[in-house]
Amino acid sequence: MTTIPSRPAIRASGLRKSFGDQLVLDGIDLEVPEGTVFALLGPNGAGKTTTVHILSTLIGADAGEAQVGGHDVAGDPDAVRSAIGVTGQLTAVDNLLTGEENLLLMANLRHLGRGEGRRRAAELLAQFDLAEVARKPAATYSGGMRRKLDLAMGLVGDPRIVFLDEPTTGLDPRSRRTMWQLIRELVAGGVTVFLTTQYLEEADELADRIALLDQGKLVAEGTPDALKRRIPGGHIRLQFAYPDDLAAAAPALGEATRDDDALTLQVPSDGDVKSLRALLDRLDDAAVEVAGLSIHTPDLDDVFLTLTGQPTKDNEKEPAR
Amino acid sequence: MSTLTYAVADSATMLGRQVRHMLRYLSMTLMLIGMPIVLLLLFVYVFGGTLGAGLGGPAGGRQEYLEYVLPGILLIAVTLGATGTAIAVNMDMTEGIIARFRTMAIFRPSVLTGHVLGSMLQTMLSLAVVTAVAVLIGFRSDATPVEWLATVGVLAAITFALTWLCVAFGMVAKNPEGASNLPQPLVFLPFLGSGFVPTDSMPTALRWFAEYQPFTPMMDTVRGLLLGTAIGNSGVIALAWCAAIALVGYLWARKLYNRDPIR
Repeated sequence: MTTIPSRPAIRASGLRKSFGDQLVLDGIDLEVPEGTVFALLGPNGAGKTTTVHILSTLIGADAGEAQVGGHDVAGDPDAVRSAIGVTGQLTAVDNLLTGEENLLLMANLRHLGRGEGRRRAAELLAQFDLAEVARKPAATYSGGMRRKLDLAMGLVGDPRIVFLDEPTTGLDPRSRRTMWQLIRELVAGGVTVFLTTQYLEEADELADRIALLDQGKLVAEGTPDALKRRIPGGHIRLQFAYPDDLAAAAPALGEATRDDDALTLQVPSDGDVKSLRALLDRLDDAAVEVAGLSIHTPDLDDVFLTLTGQPTKDNEKEPAR
Repeated sequence: MSTLTYAVADSATMLGRQVRHMLRYLSMTLMLIGMPIVLLLLFVYVFGGTLGAGLGGPAGGRQEYLEYVLPGILLIAVTLGATGTAIAVNMDMTEGIIARFRTMAIFRPSVLTGHVLGSMLQTMLSLAVVTAVAVLIGFRSDATPVEWLATVGVLAAITFALTWLCVAFGMVAKNPEGASNLPQPLVFLPFLGSGFVPTDSMPTALRWFAEYQPFTPMMDTVRGLLLGTAIGNSGVIALAWCAAIALVGYLWARKLYNRDPIR
C-alpha cells in the first residue's frame, strides 16, 4: 500500500437500518482511504447489500451519517451520485437494449458529449472484451458477459469511487478471474473500490482492508494479513492407526498437542518444506508408522468462522484469543 | 448545464430508451394498435346497423353509427395504451437498471417522464391509425383544420392525463398482473358513458353516472369537434378533468417513485 491521503473516500459512522422490525445494520463505522480496495465480507443476510444501498444513495439510513467523495449521502445525494459508479447484485442492464446501447445510455445520462460518449463506449467494449457482442441485445448475453457489461456501465463517467456488490457471485471460476483482473486494472488507475463479497478468497485477492460483517455488526477489520494473525497459527496434523504409534511419536516431537481419542498429534508449523522434512526425519528416527498427514495453513475462513462464532468445519481448531 | 437543461436532456434520453423498447417489443405495440381497430370493425359491422338505426338521425344505420362511435373507440385506444404503460412501468421498476438510475446524478423524474412521453407517442400513433381505418371504411368529417388540430390537442391532453395515472398504477401494483388489472375499469368507462350509445337511452341511475363521469365530456368534445357540431361546455369540463387526473397521477407517481425502493 502507498501513503494514505488525509481525506477518506468513504466514511460512515453509526449507520443503522431496519426493515420493519428486522434490524439489518446495527451501527456500522467505516473509513476507506482514497485509492484503496475495501472489502466488506459476510454471509448472506449480514447487511452487505444494505450498506452499499445506503452509501450509494439508493436508500436512506435510519440513523448515523456517511460521506462519500466528501459529500454527505443524505444531504447532497446528487454530488455523491456524480462521484460514484455502482454495480449491483441485481444485474443492472437493460435487457432489451444492446450492449453498446446500454453504454451509450449511460454516457447520455452522465451528460458526456455525443463523440465523447461513443469513444468511451467503444473503449469499454474493447477493454471488457465485449466488442463482438456489442450489437446484440443484453438479454442474449451469458452471466459473465452481463456482469462485465454491468461493471462497464458503472464506469462510463470515470467515477473515482466504485461500489461492487458481490461482483462475482454466481460466476464460473474463469469469469471470476476475468472480473478480478478488471477490478485490479481499475485500482491501478487510482479508483477507490468498495467491494462486498461472501468469498474469502476474493477479499484476500483484491482488498487492502477487509471488514467482517455479521448480523449487522462489524466483527473485525484490518488488512488480510492482520486478520490472519488473529487466528491460531498453522500446524501439521498427524493421524495414527494405533495408540501405540501415537504414544511412540509424541515424545519424539516435543511441542505437540495430543488427542488420544482421535489418535492425532498437532505439531505447530507454518507448513514450509524444511520444517516438514525435519518432522518426517524425527518420525523416521523414532520408527513410527504414520497413517495420515495434513498441513493446515490459516486462511480467512479461519478468521471468519472464529470471529463470527459459527461452528467450524474443523472442530480440532482452537478458539481465537 | 442548468437543471432545466438536464431535465430536458435526461427526459429525451429516457424517451429514446422507451422508443427502443417499443421497437424491440413490437408485439405489444401492435396489439395496442390492433385491438381498437378490431373493436371499431366489430361495432360498426356487427352492431352498427342496429345501433345506428336507434340513433334516429337522418342518414341512419351503419354510416351514422360509425360517426357516432369513433370517439368512444379512440378513448378505448387511449385506455389500452395507458394499461400498457402501467405494465411497462411495473416491469421496469423490478429491473436492476432502475436502481442504477437512482444512483446516478440525473433529473430524477426522467425515468417516469420517459415512460409518459414514449407512451404518448405510441398512443397518438395508435389513434392516427384507428382514425385512418375509420376514414377507409367511410368515416367523413366536416371538421376544419383548426377543429382537427383541436381534436388532436384534446386527445393528447386525455392521453397525458390517463398515462400519468397509469404510471402511478404501475408503481403501486405489486406485480405486472396487478398493474394490468388496476386500469381495467378505465377500459370500460367509455361503455358506461356516451361512447357507444347516447346516455338518454340508459336507465336513470346509470344515466346519472354516465353523464357525470369524466369520459363522457371527453368523448362529447371529440365527437363535436370531428362532426362540426356544438360542444357546449363539454370542452371546458373535459380539459378540467384532464388537468385534475394528470395532477393526481403525477403527484402520486412522483411520491411512489421517491420513496425508498427497498422498504
